[in-house]
Amino acid sequence: MTDIPREEYILKCTSACAGCSDSLTLRYVLKAAGPETVLVVPACCTSVIQGIYPNTAMNIPVYNVAFAAAAACASGMSAAFQAAGRKTNVIVYAGDGGTVDIGIQALSGAFERGTDFLYICYDNEAYGNTGMQRSGATPAGARTTTTPGGKAQTKKDLDAIVAAHNPPYMATACASYPKDLFSKVQKALSIRGPKFIHVLSPCPPGWRYSSEKSVEMGKLAVRSGMWILYEREFGKVTINRPSKAAMIRPVPIEEYLEPQGRFKGISPEALAMLRSVAERNAERLKREEEGIC
Amino acid sequence: MLTVATGNKAVATAVKQACPSVVAAYPITPQTEIVEQIAEFVTSGELKSQYIPVESEHSAMAACIGASVTGVRTFTATSSHGLHYMHEMVNWAAGARLPIVMANVNRALGPGWNIWAEHTDAFQERDTGWLQVYVGSVQEAYDATLMAFRIAEHESVLLPVMVNLDGFLLSHSMHPLQTVEIGDFIPPIRLPHAIDTAHPMGYGTLTGPDQYFRLRWDIERSMRDSVGVIRETEREFAKRFGRRYDAVEEYRCEDAEVVVVAMGTLGKEAEVAVDLLREEGVPAGSMRIRWLRPFPRLDLSGRDVVAIDRDYSFGFGGVIARSLAATEGAKPFSVIAGLGGQEVTYDDIAGFVRSRRPGEEYWFGVMPDV
Ligand SMILES: Cc1ncc(C[n+]2csc(CCOP(=O)(O)OP(=O)(O)O)c2C)c(N)n1
Ligand code: SF4
Ligand SMILES: [Mg+2]
Repeated sequence: MTDIPREEYILKCTSACAGCSDSLTLRYVLKAAGPETVLVVPACCTSVIQGIYPNTAMNIPVYNVAFAAAAACASGMSAAFQAAGRKTNVIVYAGDGGTVDIGIQALSGAFERGTDFLYICYDNEAYGNTGMQRSGATPAGARTTTTPGGKAQTKKDLDAIVAAHNPPYMATACASYPKDLFSKVQKALSIRGPKFIHVLSPCPPGWRYSSEKSVEMGKLAVRSGMWILYEREFGKVTINRPSKAAMIRPVPIEEYLEPQGRFKGISPEALAMLRSVAERNAERLKREEEGIC
Repeated sequence: MLTVATGNKAVATAVKQACPSVVAAYPITPQTEIVEQIAEFVTSGELKSQYIPVESEHSAMAACIGASVTGVRTFTATSSHGLHYMHEMVNWAAGARLPIVMANVNRALGPGWNIWAEHTDAFQERDTGWLQVYVGSVQEAYDATLMAFRIAEHESVLLPVMVNLDGFLLSHSMHPLQTVEIGDFIPPIRLPHAIDTAHPMGYGTLTGPDQYFRLRWDIERSMRDSVGVIRETEREFAKRFGRRYDAVEEYRCEDAEVVVVAMGTLGKEAEVAVDLLREEGVPAGSMRIRWLRPFPRLDLSGRDVVAIDRDYSFGFGGVIARSLAATEGAKPFSVIAGLGGQEVTYDDIAGFVRSRRPGEEYWFGVMPDV
């Protein structure tokens, strides 16, 4: 594997919160993509962390667009680059809300049409930009400002929805495993067609843990099996090493939940829901990896 | 009861008292606190509504439409991009004659992203068949929201009502709020065309030009009838609760030779400017337009007019200034100010009055001073 390059495309003057793994993820994504890249960003925390006009913390062109529009906008941009014979990476960098909720129609359209682009959903499991309301990606039991008693529904299975479009490449990642994230972005960009990477992005103010713990939170998510690192290349599933290990010897889910204020006082029902979703995902991926679907 | 509240909290409190059966909403700055407050009221059991946390504003309005047509009271809230994302359904709600109440926290439209006060968001919805009121204070946000339900649901209106409050300037500023015991101020809702399986009807069925035309005229008839309903509702509100409102709030206009016409918080700021000008011996007055639809009549005859627009219709002009020209034959000094949250003080407004040039347009902060 190539080493992660020193070049920085996201500069030191962002307005992200301390310990933000959205910006950490973006840092590795851009290192993998390099300068011949345009980022398409719908309304989300990433619209804010770039800083305020006429300044920008980004060293590549970033096209900010309306909340529901990112994947469709990227379709147009990708087609235009193709028409001009330009090999420029088009990467959508969107939050979970902009992906699983308001943006899902545009996402589905672009994947069905076979747009040549990479769609990255960084998932902090709520609407960060507007102050942490629930999203379709918020897990059961998590308190947000619109689910003050804890969310009653389970997290929407975004990966299954994307997989139903049968893209040539899709993967999950987490910035706590930077080399894994880096190489997945590189691999995705080497393939033509619609690619998808779903990145878990721990968020200190939203999940209510102290800001130095973001990398640890990502690792706990993987080790407890609450987040599974895997790839799906041309239909073939590979569960990545950290998650393989977690499947053999997982840390208890409680170790992941306990430091997070959003799960404080979680009901036994919600805890059972979290557990069953994690188990179901693991079983499904194991079956898929073995080729039994 | 006297409390202190933000504009958002004031709206949410009024909604709690009006007790809609269904609230469907989506968060957006600077409206978010309304959605959060209502979620909290519902979770704590203070408000017995079905709360639907939809996945977009298009769905928020669509869910309100689906709920409203069964004959129940509904509410939603949004702002700028959210309002425009629901635009198709905003038209639908009025065309379907559904008395939905929506709070819109006025905010500028991107690009670039800007979360601060501007009226262009709601002004662009002015031809949809919604009644639109713009408030100037936190108290008024509360009062107008309560009245909105009664007006929208009145049998001679049955059109949706949008209550507009300036982003941050009202949505996020804390002011005293006098809440009331509403009693029977808002009568139970009765929607004559509510879905009823005992009397099956087609809703929104394919409609030819003749019938379509009649339905459009019917919207306009109700819009015209709403003028009287608004007046009656505001009088009844004053009688019961002691606070008076009019379609246009006049301030020291009796002997005014020049009047400032503005909306929302700028209309309030103009009142301070008028006091300042009066001290200097300038016979000034101000008119704060509250209802944009139905558009009110203003007594501007023989006076100079300074119209302040926190909005713009590109290729045409400030919407208030052009509306006054069209409806009153006025030749206002048209000031475009406050876009994207630009700060405009009473001193600035007094300056516009002192150096007015009737018939001209001036972009504050962009063009050289007049
Ligand atoms: C049509 C529309 N509705 C609502 C908003 C307000 N809004 C901006 S970002 C956002 C939430 C974004 O959440 P997510 O996609 O999860 O990204 P995050 O902020 O968590 O990074 C919302 C509700 C908007 N900009 N446009
Ligand atoms: S709210 Fe969370 S995702 Fe958003 S900038 Fe702050 S840490 Fe990052
Ligand atoms: Mg998010």
